[in-house]
Amino acid sequence: MSETKPKVKAPKVNHETKAFWEATAEGKLMVGKCNECGEYHYYPRSLCPFCFSDKTELAQTAGKGKIYSFSVTSHPKSPYTIAYITLAEGPTILSNIVESDFDKLAIGQDVEVVFYDTGEGNAVPMFKTV
Amino acid sequence: MSIRGKAYIAGIYEHPTRLALGKTLPQLHAELAKGALEDAGLTKDDVDAYYCAGDAPGMGGVDMVEYMGLNVRQIDSTETGGSSYVLHVNHAAQAIAAGHCKVALITLAGRPAADAKEKVAFRPGGDPPPAIGFESPYRPTIVNMYAMCAQRHMYEYGTTSEQLAWIKVAASHHAQHNEHALRREVVTVEDVVNSPIIASPLHRYDCCVITDGGGAVVVVAPEIMKNLKRPAVKVLGAGEAPKHLMGGKVDLTYSGARWSGPKAFEEAGVSHADIKYASIYDSFTITVLETIEDLGFCEKGEGGKFVSDGNLISGTGKLPFNTDGGGLCNNHPGNRGGMTKVLEAVRQVRGEAHPKVQVPNCDIALAHGTGGLLGARMGSATCILGNEDA
Ligand SMILES: [Zn+2]
Repeated sequence: MSETKPKVKAPKVNHETKAFWEATAEGKLMVGKCNECGEYHYYPRSLCPFCFSDKTELAQTAGKGKIYSFSVTSHPKSPYTIAYITLAEGPTILSNIVESDFDKLAIGQDVEVVFYDTGEGNAVPMFKTV
Repeated sequence: MSIRGKAYIAGIYEHPTRLALGKTLPQLHAELAKGALEDAGLTKDDVDAYYCAGDAPGMGGVDMVEYMGLNVRQIDSTETGGSSYVLHVNHAAQAIAAGHCKVALITLAGRPAADAKEKVAFRPGGDPPPAIGFESPYRPTIVNMYAMCAQRHMYEYGTTSEQLAWIKVAASHHAQHNEHALRREVVTVEDVVNSPIIASPLHRYDCCVITDGGGAVVVVAPEIMKNLKRPAVKVLGAGEAPKHLMGGKVDLTYSGARWSGPKAFEEAGVSHADIKYASIYDSFTITVLETIEDLGFCEKGEGGKFVSDGNLISGTGKLPFNTDGGGLCNNHPGNRGGMTKVLEAVRQVRGEAHPKVQVPNCDIALAHGTGGLLGARMGSATCILGNEDA
């Protein structure tokens, strides 16, 4: 069971998340980084969820991680896989697994980011097994 | 201030309907309120506090108070999804203990099945949650967000689909005796693991039913309870805690029950061995398994073993649970199961559960609610109830 061409729903973008989504158009997966406590966080916020500092910025990730958990969702025409991916930088993020053999997925497997254009000036980061 | 012994549950009512065609949402709330007040032997004019959650139409409780013609001096529409009504028992007991009110009414109602049949559009209100842009593109569903918890629990602790299935099997053994239950057929472990996968590793029978109706509870001060005829059900202790994704430090193997449970046990001054019956929120089988571990009925990771071989079945198991058939078989009104968890715990302490599932000498019972998504952010609420001697 696999899916090669996922249906991509454009994200809701606001003042706080605009920069994150603009970066996706350049193929960059960003996370929040706090310059006070040094922690990465996700989803990115204006105030650090760990120390409440407002000295946060976006930091580019290498786009690599491991499957933390996943679920193949049944669908008569196009099953899809939702997953949490633990990035090499630390944060665990919600995403989809695409372009992969869904029957062979396993927790701990290495994955890398792949971007899907929304047609609205940004792209949704998803992951495929490597 | 402890709430122990400061408040009683005097009245309960569960709507007999599972498909509310021809009834409006406020009407269901009012019918439930009337039923619970009649059960208590009180009238609506006795009510001086009203509690409801996100299922109520309009602006919190204000619109419902107007619809029902209530004249209250305390109102609380805390919304923590399906766990709200367990939490409301706690808040009502706190308000009564502090002297702010004497008769608190809590209602839950919903008609998702009728809405679907009548093609009523879902109308989300207010600003979307802050995480929405980072989640909705990935098509999260209620089922797959719980399924990821099951997947991770299996990976870390070796939990199996067969062990999860035992939870549904136990619920079905109870549901056969409930004339109002949506699904009354007894199922086996094989039936569960052979039912279709909805979102791996969860099968159709790992999921709760979708029903209409609701429930209501009346919480009263001791001086009110004294003059009522119904068996006294004392609020012994309660706890509540939201849990979330912690800025990306995600752990799907436990729920907020890890924090709400110990607080409730401490306030009640009871131990796990004292709990004769437990209503455990059962949106999915995995919800029950993680909650049982987090409440401390077994070690973390041992839940699979604990729920197996009928250990949750009344009469044979060590921890009889959801003797009304639970959300898995009986009722999950408005997609919110916390209310029915309180109702069956009250029936057990009163000795009014179905004779086939009534736990003998059920002096102390626990009710636990889970709201939102176990796989993202949730509200957890626990309350412990007992009879007059507890
Ligand atoms: Zn910080």
